[in-house]
Amino acid sequence: MLDVMQINSFYGKAHVLRDLSLSVTTGQVVALLGRNGAGKTTTLKSIMQLVVPRSGQVRFNGTDITGWPAHRVARAGLGYVPEDRRIFGDLSVLENLEVGRQPPRQGTATWSQDALFDLFPNLAERRRNRGRDLSGGEQQMLSIARTLMGNPSCLLLDEPSEGIAPVIIEDMARAIVQLRDQGLTVLLSEQNLHFARAVSSHAVILDRGTTRYSGSFADLDADPEFRDAWLSV
Amino acid sequence: MGLFIAQLLTGLANAGALFMVASGLSLIFGVTRIVNFAHGSFYMLGAYVGYTLMQVLPGAFGFWGAILLTGIIVGLVGVIVEIVVLRPVYRAPELFQLVATFGVILVIQDLALMIWGPQDLLGPRAPGLKGVVRILGEPVPKYDLALIGITPFVALALWWLIARTRVGILVRAATQDREMVGALGVNQSWLFTGVFFLGCALAGLGGAVQLPKGGADLLMDFNILASIFVVVVIGGMGSLPGAYLAAVLVSVLNVFGVTYLPQSTLVLMFVVMALVLMIRPYGLLGREEVAGDPGQSGEPERPIKPAGARVRLIVAAGIALLALVPLIAPPFATVLVTDILIFCLFAASLHFLLGLGGLVSFGHAAFFGGGAYTAALLVAHADSPMELALLLAPLGAGLLALIIGWICLRLTGVYFAMLTLAFAQLLWSLVYQWGDVTGGDDGLVDIWPPDWASSSTVFFYLALVLCVGGILALRHAAHAPFGYALRAARDSKRQAEATGIDTRAVQWGAFALAGAMAGLAGGLFVFAKGSVFPNELEITRSFDALIVVFLGGVKTLSGGVVGGAVFESVKDVLTRFEYWRLALGLTIIAVVILAPEGIVGSLRRLGERLGLLRAPEDGS
Ligand SMILES: Nc1ncnc2c1ncn2[C@@H]1O[C@H](COP(=O)(O)OP(=O)(O)OP(=O)(O)O)[C@@H](O)[C@H]1O
Ligand SMILES: [Mg+2]
Repeated sequence: MLDVMQINSFYGKAHVLRDLSLSVTTGQVVALLGRNGAGKTTTLKSIMQLVVPRSGQVRFNGTDITGWPAHRVARAGLGYVPEDRRIFGDLSVLENLEVGRQPPRQGTATWSQDALFDLFPNLAERRRNRGRDLSGGEQQMLSIARTLMGNPSCLLLDEPSEGIAPVIIEDMARAIVQLRDQGLTVLLSEQNLHFARAVSSHAVILDRGTTRYSGSFADLDADPEFRDAWLSV
Repeated sequence: MGLFIAQLLTGLANAGALFMVASGLSLIFGVTRIVNFAHGSFYMLGAYVGYTLMQVLPGAFGFWGAILLTGIIVGLVGVIVEIVVLRPVYRAPELFQLVATFGVILVIQDLALMIWGPQDLLGPRAPGLKGVVRILGEPVPKYDLALIGITPFVALALWWLIARTRVGILVRAATQDREMVGALGVNQSWLFTGVFFLGCALAGLGGAVQLPKGGADLLMDFNILASIFVVVVIGGMGSLPGAYLAAVLVSVLNVFGVTYLPQSTLVLMFVVMALVLMIRPYGLLGREEVAGDPGQSGEPERPIKPAGARVRLIVAAGIALLALVPLIAPPFATVLVTDILIFCLFAASLHFLLGLGGLVSFGHAAFFGGGAYTAALLVAHADSPMELALLLAPLGAGLLALIIGWICLRLTGVYFAMLTLAFAQLLWSLVYQWGDVTGGDDGLVDIWPPDWASSSTVFFYLALVLCVGGILALRHAAHAPFGYALRAARDSKRQAEATGIDTRAVQWGAFALAGAMAGLAGGLFVFAKGSVFPNELEITRSFDALIVVFLGGVKTLSGGVVGGAVFESVKDVLTRFEYWRLALGLTIIAVVILAPEGIVGSLRRLGERLGLLRAPEDGS
């Protein structure tokens, strides 16, 4: 479904992603792992074309989307949930959802506000509150819900568990599993290995902008030395 | 009591058009982050288009239909401008956008002149609303009452659009985080275009609606510009209720000012603004703005080095060559080059502020004119000799800059820019209205150099020494620790402060120095021309300097000087044509889009490509 092929991404002159490749097949939940600064966020932004790779290709459902404006990528069915959530603070919860709304797309689930409030019951009570008045966890849920309003077929989640209370993390994990069971493809970046295992079966490990490992968690655990070399902090 | 109420009503009626125009500006800024300087031009266009339509469409239905239609037409013109001029520069720094919109002002000015001619047009009366109603014995025009009734509906409709519709939600979301809105699948280009349509349509509506009261003329664009800036600054950028409140405040104050303080009508508005800003720096209902990129983005700035031996030699040769001008060139050329020198100093002073300080001042004319008037007033009222006047001109302008800078530097980004413009307008109004002292519109004349300097040759050398001296002093300051501190403050205020730099003080100093140098240029200007008029303080003067700095290139030290020389020469040629504004406007727009590095930057790039200059080493 999603193929990243040898991309090189830069911030100005800083070369951040080096010939990075990864792929995600339909229905998979893949965890993008790596230390701070490994390039996880940049990878997701490069897929979304918020950072345009200088070379290499990003293919989505077989189409080369490299260099597309971000709104076109979104309309093709890629949903992006940024690391810092980027809720519209002045807008109410309902209005935030409205910004994300896109027409129904063939082949993917069509989300309604009510369905999202079922997925994230906490949001339902706060629907008239302004974005900036929500807690960190609620903002994270809102950010995901807002992106789901675009009815994506593949979701890019940047550190959904970051800075959230443990209880809420469990809710979040349950929600992601629920999404997976509904057939949504997910690529999520994580620092929290425990969380990543709970929701995904596949891992991609990044280090300094290149892929070090790509495969199942089971295979990764078979070589603990290798695993800890790349993941221990 | 009757008079009081009548005046209150007039003020409220006047607030209508002002609110429509100002809210349009505010909306456009909120979403696109562009301060649309051409907004006054769309207002003017609205008046002209409305006038024409009202001639064609009959009756009351035609009158109101014409107003609505005008809104749509002006909105569509706005769409054309947005697509052709602004789309290419959205990612460019503020200054580019500003200069581009200024090009649009010039183009619209000349198009209006071409189509509607130079004479003022008297607006038609509204059918069915002619005459007056007596309220407590005082006559109040019926049309005023209609306006008072209509404006809240326009405001309400606007509020509904922004608060209740999907478009409004997207607009508000984009005001906060454009990129995220794009990542959620919204095509920003069309959102921008839509907002531009709406904003310009509002300006057009404002222009058409005031026709029965004010008519249409070619000065409307600049005349309203300062008012809408004041309204937006007082109300708070991006706040519709704030704009309404401020429009009412300003209009009512104006009406009362005319009655009770006729000498100070123009000044009053600015005093109120200054007061509001002292108490609430982001306006009555505004919130703090994140400052945009003040300089030029894209390629990082090249390190500014003290000139090497070769460059020094070239500069010295250039000055020597200049010194030969009176000996070899005809007298008119000597006078022209004198003008160019003076203008170069003026431009270099703004360049110093803008390029090194990152302080985009829209009101630099205040100091050029300030210096000019300091000198002229000294001569006219105190019979002071030229030498003393030339000494005091930069001091006077510098003092003025200290005062204005103290207030303006409390703000950043667009607020700073608009505030500087407003202060320049304030000064202009002072000079214009205080006729007893300043001569008002008639200016101060007969201010010539003393006998020893009266020949154009001697005066040329005087100007050469002072201007080159001033420019070198600015250059020197750029390389001194002061200049480094200034650039540090521009690039990262927080970092600079962490290293112990008092950024505000450094910027204040730079503002004063730039003001003093502009004042010196102004002083010389008076003696070169033998007179001074209020237009040396006008917005156009400030813009001349901005354009020059931009044309020359912000990132290059010589940008101001080179741009000044080119601009004065080109203007000298261009102004001989009837529609020179059109030509200049189109040139500016073309440069913004095609050669955004300015003349010096583009030449340097060309030189590097041809192998004449060495490219800077790659820093990666
Ligand atoms: N806007 C930027 N400009 C310059 N460099 C950046 C920028 N954003 C990130 N970087 C650099 O790029 C590298 C990768 O950053 P990225 O944010 O992709 O890492 P990450 O794996 O998401 O880290 P984290 O776990 O902390 O979120 C880092 O070295 C970072 O310093
Ligand atoms: Mg990250």
